[in-house]
Amino acid sequence: MVTGGRKRIINMAGLALLLVLPLLAEAADSPFFVSVATRVLIYALAALSLDLILGYGGMVSFGHAAFVGLGAYVVAILAHHQTDGSFIPFLPGAWNGSTQALIQWPLAMVVGGLFALVIGALSLRTSGVYFIMITLAFAQMLYHFMVSLPTYGGQDGLSLWPRSELPLVDLNDDVSFYYVALVLLLLALVAVRRLIASPFGMVLRGAKQNEARLVSLGVPATRYKLTAFVIAGAIAGLAGALLANHTEFVGPGMMHWTRSGEILIMVILGGVGTLYGAIVGAATLLLLEEGLAGLTEHWMIFLGPFLVFVVLFARRGIYGWLAGREAGDD
Amino acid sequence: MTDAILEAIGLTKCFGAVTASDGLNLAVKRGVIHALIGPNGAGKSTAVAQLSGEMAPDAGRIRFEGRDVTDWPTHRRARAGLQRSYQITSVFPAFTALDNVALAIQAQRPHSFRFWTDARLDDSLRAPARAVLERVGLGERAAVKVTDLAHGEQRQLEIAMVLATGPTMLLLDEPMAGMGQAESRRMMEILKPLKGEVSILLIEHDMDVVFALADVVTVLVKGRAVATGAPDDIRADVAVRRAYLGDY
Amino acid sequence: MTAQLFLEQTLNGLQQGVMLFLLAAGLTLVFGIMHLINLAHGTLYMVGAYVAATVTKLSGSFTVGVLAALAAAGLVGAAIEMTALRKLYRRDHLDQVLATFGVILFFNELVKIVWGPQALFLSPPAALSGTVEIIPGVPYPAYRLFIIGVGLAVGLGLRYLIVNTRTGMLIRAGATHRDMVGALGVDIDRLFTVVFAIGAMLAGLAGAMAGPMLAVEVGMGEQILILTFVVIIIGGIGSVRGALAGALLVGLVDTYGRAFLPLAMRAALDPAAADSIGASISNVAIYLLMAAVLIWRPRGLFQAYGG
Repeated sequence: MVTGGRKRIINMAGLALLLVLPLLAEAADSPFFVSVATRVLIYALAALSLDLILGYGGMVSFGHAAFVGLGAYVVAILAHHQTDGSFIPFLPGAWNGSTQALIQWPLAMVVGGLFALVIGALSLRTSGVYFIMITLAFAQMLYHFMVSLPTYGGQDGLSLWPRSELPLVDLNDDVSFYYVALVLLLLALVAVRRLIASPFGMVLRGAKQNEARLVSLGVPATRYKLTAFVIAGAIAGLAGALLANHTEFVGPGMMHWTRSGEILIMVILGGVGTLYGAIVGAATLLLLEEGLAGLTEHWMIFLGPFLVFVVLFARRGIYGWLAGREAGDD
Repeated sequence: MTDAILEAIGLTKCFGAVTASDGLNLAVKRGVIHALIGPNGAGKSTAVAQLSGEMAPDAGRIRFEGRDVTDWPTHRRARAGLQRSYQITSVFPAFTALDNVALAIQAQRPHSFRFWTDARLDDSLRAPARAVLERVGLGERAAVKVTDLAHGEQRQLEIAMVLATGPTMLLLDEPMAGMGQAESRRMMEILKPLKGEVSILLIEHDMDVVFALADVVTVLVKGRAVATGAPDDIRADVAVRRAYLGDY
Repeated sequence: MTAQLFLEQTLNGLQQGVMLFLLAAGLTLVFGIMHLINLAHGTLYMVGAYVAATVTKLSGSFTVGVLAALAAAGLVGAAIEMTALRKLYRRDHLDQVLATFGVILFFNELVKIVWGPQALFLSPPAALSGTVEIIPGVPYPAYRLFIIGVGLAVGLGLRYLIVNTRTGMLIRAGATHRDMVGALGVDIDRLFTVVFAIGAMLAGLAGAMAGPMLAVEVGMGEQILILTFVVIIIGGIGSVRGALAGALLVGLVDTYGRAFLPLAMRAALDPAAADSIGASISNVAIYLLMAAVLIWRPRGLFQAYGG
């Protein structure tokens, strides 16, 4: 298949670029770019998790930033208690947190997954436009909750310094942190690819294409959709843990509904249901924002119509356009 | 009626002022092809939707294989062997024919919470799926995407999917809808050998098909079963003529 | 908790509910008829607020300001409908969400350019700036009573429109049996435009009336938009009655929560903790209400729209 080959070439070129990017940045004497690229990787991870439920499960979640924010808060809160020696409230036993990534990050995934379980179980009682509005509303609920919780900074958030501790790797070094983010993104990519090809993935994709049919064949589809939603929430939580380390700050703004909108846009820009497209979409949107912000303070005035244009005229997304018919995995 | 595999007892379903099922009683015997006929709007599809569990009746009970399944969700009835097809072809359009049938087989497994193996390399799904496609005459078309299949082939595919689940009872809602003569004949060739092996409730408009296939015929008018009997008896029945002539 | 405080909070809740109703009615109709989810509905509210504030200051008349806001919201609504939304009616909800999100970004930035980043403040018109004794010894701001009155009048007007006019008949038919309206040979495009214009002007009216109570600022539209979603989810999509019930419920629960929850918590916890946790929970009380409704009736209290 010729087009399949095209997809392979694009993926290999992309991977090569990501691998040598810090070297290029150093050669070009702009180490700042490593930080920008790390941000791209982290958002790509979040977008990837959204593409799992959107592109393969047909669930238009407009609250994905909530799980990212939760993951970020887990890291910051654990570090906060470790630093000032206080105990975490409402937990059985007395634990004063941790600064270890190997404790923080898995916990961020667990918390992201747990909240996804509750929000998903409620939201999946409905479908279509209700689902969009309900996921949006629940995300906004978490946002308001964190805004009004003075214990963890309220509106002002928490700062995180130093970054999480990982054996053998110093995350405070930007290049090391970049490669950690890259490895996690690639691991997630491989895992989600396998997931959508698995029996579970076939059921999930069947639910997207024709849920009524799936149910009348004998599959309780909601359980599978909810499981996918939880997995996506956990991956988004991991993205949040990375994001907290990247910005060295956590605030309710991370959960704001416009952030959810941005992650959704990344998926669309890259191409719904393409996985690799999530990376392309994250890169495009973030670099576009950087670029436009350099030109004018009012860059949103260009971004808005650009989005309308993309929706109206470029449905397959950038990756879909690059890789042709074989971009998707259906 | 102990030899009935599927029974509807007093099924009632209203949509506002419209009564789609009006105390419907129906008993399908094991191993027969039981046709459900009636004029447009008689409530045939509504009856099937209630039997399959996709629509909850306002009143009445449904028994399948001797068990009361009225409160069972659709997927549970399907797993118990009560499968259906739709008047408008309902398959997975982005998948290939083989994927569709393999997914139908997978649907009968205890669960699909298997996250790591490649479903398309799983021979325990693919081999039986291929066999069923052969059986309905789609063996050559296994790798073709549904959207590239002809209309008649899509209908055959849907039958292949429900057969692949190993059903004990099929609810077929106009399986020949929109088919040409040749395609209809082929569909009849697929359905005929099922007699005895699987019980079938068949909704069909084409009387030739009904009289060629069915062992028992029930006439539905305004949500009620007005006559049930052997095809020849029904042909002669006054109530049936009235139903179709509309002077009741 | 005195009866007086309770009465005041009830009126506050009703007033907030009425504002939400003005937005929810339009949004729910647009969804019911056109099957369109329009995130930019809050933008029309913001436009109404800015135009009313500016025109009121320039002309010195609140009435002129409100009329200008209605016109501006209608015009902006028509412009959005014609440039972006019209092409989206037949698209899936994901496309609609993204395109209207783009519209929001554009207008928020445009407003920032035209009016600057600072919030505008507006005082109520002189005639309504005082208080009224609702029962002897209990003064209440006249302007808030005015809003409740306007909201009730709009509600009755909408009811008349929907129950007694041909347009209303089509709106009802469209919300429940969308395909049939097309089959009746009705000019669907015109019906869409009329419904969209009604929705836009109601949003503009709400924005104009919000001016004297809130800071008029960028982002105000989205804040109320999400509350409006909660209202519609509770009330049931496509149902104006549901929008009214949901709006009043959300208004009251939100107001009571903020007023009484910290007080109630003080009975169990020490005051500082009670205020902090009480504030957090009251902030999210309406979302908990939404979750409860979802468990009880997933399609809302008054489900009008079938599929």
